[in-house]
Amino acid sequence: MSTIQPLTAEFEPHPDVALVERVRQGDVSAYDTLVRKYERQVFRIAQHITQNREDAEDVMQDAFLKAYEKLDQFQGNSKFYTWLVRIAVNESLMRLRKRRTGKMVSIDEDIETEEGSVPRDLADWAPDPEQNFSQAELAEILRKTIQGLPPGFKVVFELRDVQGLSTEDTAEALGLSVPAVKSRLLRARLQLRERLSRYFRRKKGVRETGIEK
Amino acid sequence: MTCTEFLALLDDLIDDSVTAEARAELQAHLRGCEHCEVTLSTTRKTIEIYRSHEIYEMPAGLRDRLHTAIMERCKKGC
Repeated sequence: MSTIQPLTAEFEPHPDVALVERVRQGDVSAYDTLVRKYERQVFRIAQHITQNREDAEDVMQDAFLKAYEKLDQFQGNSKFYTWLVRIAVNESLMRLRKRRTGKMVSIDEDIETEEGSVPRDLADWAPDPEQNFSQAELAEILRKTIQGLPPGFKVVFELRDVQGLSTEDTAEALGLSVPAVKSRLLRARLQLRERLSRYFRRKKGVRETGIEK
Repeated sequence: MTCTEFLALLDDLIDDSVTAEARAELQAHLRGCEHCEVTLSTTRKTIEIYRSHEIYEMPAGLRDRLHTAIMERCKKGC
């Protein structure tokens, strides 16, 4: 008589869980693996919020150190990366507050803005518009464009669209509600689209349906 | 479907989380509305460009610095 095997696939623990466990047992090399896995993502989040390379470097270091020190407080019911993002966001905000003494900076501040909520630039883009720029020019355009967005919008866009986190994980990492993440994501996408249109729109002639400013 | 209604579902359409019924309505709207068609394709392109370009390169040496800092911390007791 054969026994019924439980369906384990769905409940397979995230690979980070095993790494965290190894670190807890004193294996520092397991923490190096976690660092290598997430360092770029954490660095980008810190850059988005602080908008300063030195600060982002310090934040990355402090966030990983703090996570290491507080690993005992990490509960297995959330993902390691969402927990790490939360630490990195808090470190970034603290750094920013120090720099801009007295000025409050927050990630959950909802910026009421009309920009991008109704698409105005309706001109189509050139096919593969990024081909018209060098890599360096393009990187500069992308940086300049996203820098103008409120911090909460930038980080939601980064986590959801660039890093591919789910809406729920993004909400958990940022301490926001799911509807708040959704609303920021839509506005971030539309504002970025609107701003990139200045560079990428099809040049004269083909289709000029947008409202000229 | 109006353009405003289309826009309210734009994210769900991009994230492929609409019902078959809603998708059919969205597609019907797109066939007759060039503005929404452009908004959809350029928003998709916006995401794709940001996803495929590293805009903040991590400085060389930062990982080593971090590793050293962690090892230092470890000496005080892991």
